[in-house]
Amino acid sequence: MNARNIAIAALSAVVIAALLAAPYALKSYGLYILSLWAVTTIGAIGLNLTLGYAGQISLAQGAFVGIGAYCTAILTTKYGYPLPFTYLVAFVSCFSIGWVLGYPALRVEHHYLAFVTLAFTTLVYLIFRNEEWLTGGVSGIGGIPRPVMFGYSLRAPAEFYYFCLANLAAISLAFWGLIRSPWGRAFVAVRENPVRALSLGVDTRRYTLIAFALGAGLGGISGVLLAQLVQFIDPSPFSLTASLNLLLMVVVGGSGYFFGPFVGAIVAVLLPEWLRFSGGLYLICYAILVMVLMAFCPTGLIGLAGRFLKPVSKPAPVPAREQTT
Amino acid sequence: MDTESILTLDGVYAGYGKMTILHGTNFTVPRNAITTVIGPNGAGKSTAFKTIFGMVRANAGRIAFEGADITNLPPRALIERGIVYVPQGRNIFPQLSVRHNLELGGVAAPAQLDLAGRMEQALDRFPVLRRKANQQASTLSGGEQKMLEIARSLLLEPKLMLVDEPSIGLSPLLVSELFSLLNDIKARGVTVLMIEQNAKRALESSDYGIVLELGQTRMFDRADKLLADPRVGQLFLGGTMKTTKGAA
Repeated sequence: MNARNIAIAALSAVVIAALLAAPYALKSYGLYILSLWAVTTIGAIGLNLTLGYAGQISLAQGAFVGIGAYCTAILTTKYGYPLPFTYLVAFVSCFSIGWVLGYPALRVEHHYLAFVTLAFTTLVYLIFRNEEWLTGGVSGIGGIPRPVMFGYSLRAPAEFYYFCLANLAAISLAFWGLIRSPWGRAFVAVRENPVRALSLGVDTRRYTLIAFALGAGLGGISGVLLAQLVQFIDPSPFSLTASLNLLLMVVVGGSGYFFGPFVGAIVAVLLPEWLRFSGGLYLICYAILVMVLMAFCPTGLIGLAGRFLKPVSKPAPVPAREQTT
Repeated sequence: MDTESILTLDGVYAGYGKMTILHGTNFTVPRNAITTVIGPNGAGKSTAFKTIFGMVRANAGRIAFEGADITNLPPRALIERGIVYVPQGRNIFPQLSVRHNLELGGVAAPAQLDLAGRMEQALDRFPVLRRKANQQASTLSGGEQKMLEIARSLLLEPKLMLVDEPSIGLSPLLVSELFSLLNDIKARGVTVLMIEQNAKRALESSDYGIVLELGQTRMFDRADKLLADPRVGQLFLGGTMKTTKGAA
């Protein structure tokens, strides 16, 4: 374990402790924002797999969050299914739809793929808005319950916040395991050079599809939690803006870095709250910050941090695009 | 030839789109030996390798590995059977670390395999790679990069290694090192089939040679016999060849 790893471990410990202590310091609105951060991070982790590790651009993550959220809303309020069941339905539907949406990615690349996924997002949004019999249209669906675990209700902001954190922790650990596994290593190989990956026995078709499907599935989980957090779902949060926002989070945080989505979601969810003092200038500050960052640090905030941490480690160059440890 | 064969091509036709490169190619690769395929440009040497490795479709004919039909199997299935392929040119992932590159040789590993142990063994065998394991692979020299590719392809302990032009772009000293490395690999029980532009040097380090021309096998013999054959000398080895060196 070198100095860099120790620094990261120490920082993580501080952040985790702060997150756990948050309910003692924050009122319900603060907890709502932190829960939203956790939920959004899950969606961004999914997109980070598709975009950062497998190198497939997707403008559809917001739509998958929406599908997950509507699955939960419809199944719990209309049919009274328990929440764990909606997790399963949301994940499986998003995974399958993501798999199918991955097929164009086998033929088109880069911004063309962005167009394909953009069309999908628009389509999903229109379904949410227009199919009133199913989705309630613009008036949305209200009264979505929060989970009850072992007879203990997680309705209150603090309890639900811990529930979101637990979800985030579980998914982060699973994702950590995934990217360390030969599978995760192979995703990166496909991103770097598909032909070379193929010659090593990586089935590039299958990996591309899995990257899409798993990313979408995590988007779905994020949606399930979002529905429970907001307890009211309407189409507007799932327009193209949502997908663009998630894309922004992954890129600003550091695409292809494990911690990228966490930091990216801070920028997208928490920063607007901190910039409130600036009033009407908030959006301008935000835009300038993002532009400066992209111009001077295309590897995102984590990449930027990596540059400062580099002298601490051995003189050997840190693998530039490999994720940080 | 009385040696046991590991790979057989039988009347293989393959090419790109409407252009056929292999016109009923036949050849046999003896087990536990180094066999070098030589031939002029466009003879179909690389195409033959890509066809064996399932990256170019065979339109007709049969490819058999250890007696079993492997025609048009995908690369992964072939790796699982013990065939690896080191393509021409640079095949590392320059942006990734040396270790990550090496790990990718284990993508097709069966679940129960101790990959971490294999990684350690590989790094022990190639101390240069261990020293630079955490560096970006693009910082390796040309020879080290080729070594990384070979180490990566050996990770799953293959039975047959297809190497396309390993010596390209290497200094003469490194070429000697490379060929002696291939001989070490053979000593460990891996059959090596390689393509070489540098036909004379390659045949000197090989057991057998195959001469391919216009997608068909013209000759197959012991490497030293091919080296001594005036036709080979004229055709492929750059003019007259008075050598009688029986180096192998």
